[in-house]
Amino acid sequence: MENLISLAVKAIFVENLALSFFLGMCTFIAVSKKITTAIGLGISVMIVQAITVPANNLILTYLLKPGALGWAGFSEVDLTFLGLISYIGVIAALVQILEMVLDKYFPPLYNALGIFLPLITVNCAILGGSLFMVERDYNFSESLTYGISSGFGWALAITAMAGVREKLKYSDIPEGLQGLGITFITAGLMSMAFMSFSGVKL
Amino acid sequence: MSQTRKKLLVDPLVDNNPIALQVLGICSALAVTSSLKVSLVMALAVIAVTAFSSLFISILRNHIPNSIRIIVQMTIIASLVIVVDQILKAYAYEISKTLSVFVGLIITNCIVMGRAEAFAMNNSPVDSFFDGVGNGLGYGLLLMCVGFFRELFGAGSLFGVVILQPLSEGGWYIPNGLLLLPPSAFFIIGFLIWGLRSWKKSQVESPEYKIQTVEDH
Repeated sequence: MENLISLAVKAIFVENLALSFFLGMCTFIAVSKKITTAIGLGISVMIVQAITVPANNLILTYLLKPGALGWAGFSEVDLTFLGLISYIGVIAALVQILEMVLDKYFPPLYNALGIFLPLITVNCAILGGSLFMVERDYNFSESLTYGISSGFGWALAITAMAGVREKLKYSDIPEGLQGLGITFITAGLMSMAFMSFSGVKL
Repeated sequence: MSQTRKKLLVDPLVDNNPIALQVLGICSALAVTSSLKVSLVMALAVIAVTAFSSLFISILRNHIPNSIRIIVQMTIIASLVIVVDQILKAYAYEISKTLSVFVGLIITNCIVMGRAEAFAMNNSPVDSFFDGVGNGLGYGLLLMCVGFFRELFGAGSLFGVVILQPLSEGGWYIPNGLLLLPPSAFFIIGFLIWGLRSWKKSQVESPEYKIQTVEDH
């Protein structure tokens, strides 16, 4: 239990997907103009992340790993090279299913998330989360924790960014730095602030 | 080479740079640029994937049903990335270790998807190929610029060759450690965009809110 908590804290603050690995940057920069939309996107990323990371963990353990197909009688087979294509397939399929389920049973939430759901398929944070899970060799409960907390960290970062940008609008910025330029520099400052968490020993 | 193809190749370098203007593919641009060698490998990988995915998608464009096109594109891109990943693991193992998950993340690099969706679905295979190479080069150019600054001032070397002798090895240069850390990539890209937009005025974004000056009264 203790190591799961420290894993969660690490994934939210120290190894924040957006600010220390730059994952999901395209959407991070593009959809952070208003706090409300940022929160909507943040929540959808968290939900999808919490489902896909453990799902991909199951795929890895029972289908792809060397010897994983032992239950089907192919204990010699190593399918790890198919990893990338299966993870992205799982992500695309799950996002599609989630969209249909939400549409059927939770229409208000579906309307609130709107266009963000399909966009999430191509969000690097989602695929990145699964790839980190593979690289760090998480087991099922660890990957569930990692999925939820890394998604939460991403949501936290984009919400904070949107808050800063809403105020930034009223400041006097040099012409060439307007828009994209200043957004990058702001993100840099935020990422420096998050670096101070790296001193936290768990 | 005809005029249009040349334009397809050269346009994304400065005038329509995928990172600086279209805000595509920034994710990996930041993470892998702490040394030039790694940036170069990453740039080559992205150029190869963008060029060939555009080519193949454009060849198949009349056979892809509109409703499942994203999944088809994704499959083509993912297969190409697997090829690149396996090649890197076979011939450049050290670099593929440093790049870790970022090779896999080329799949979700918006440049690849963006070009497939915006260009390759409506244009002939050869044009799409050149468009893919051009956009890959535009991405690579920015990546190399960022990598150049980060490695030169952060470690005092270029491609691992010592240029500014660091103090710790008997030289005079005190390396700026911040440049090797993640936040510096944001600053460098921010300043590069500033420079680029001061040079090409047409790329400047209009402010959403204008502060009233004394003369306006």
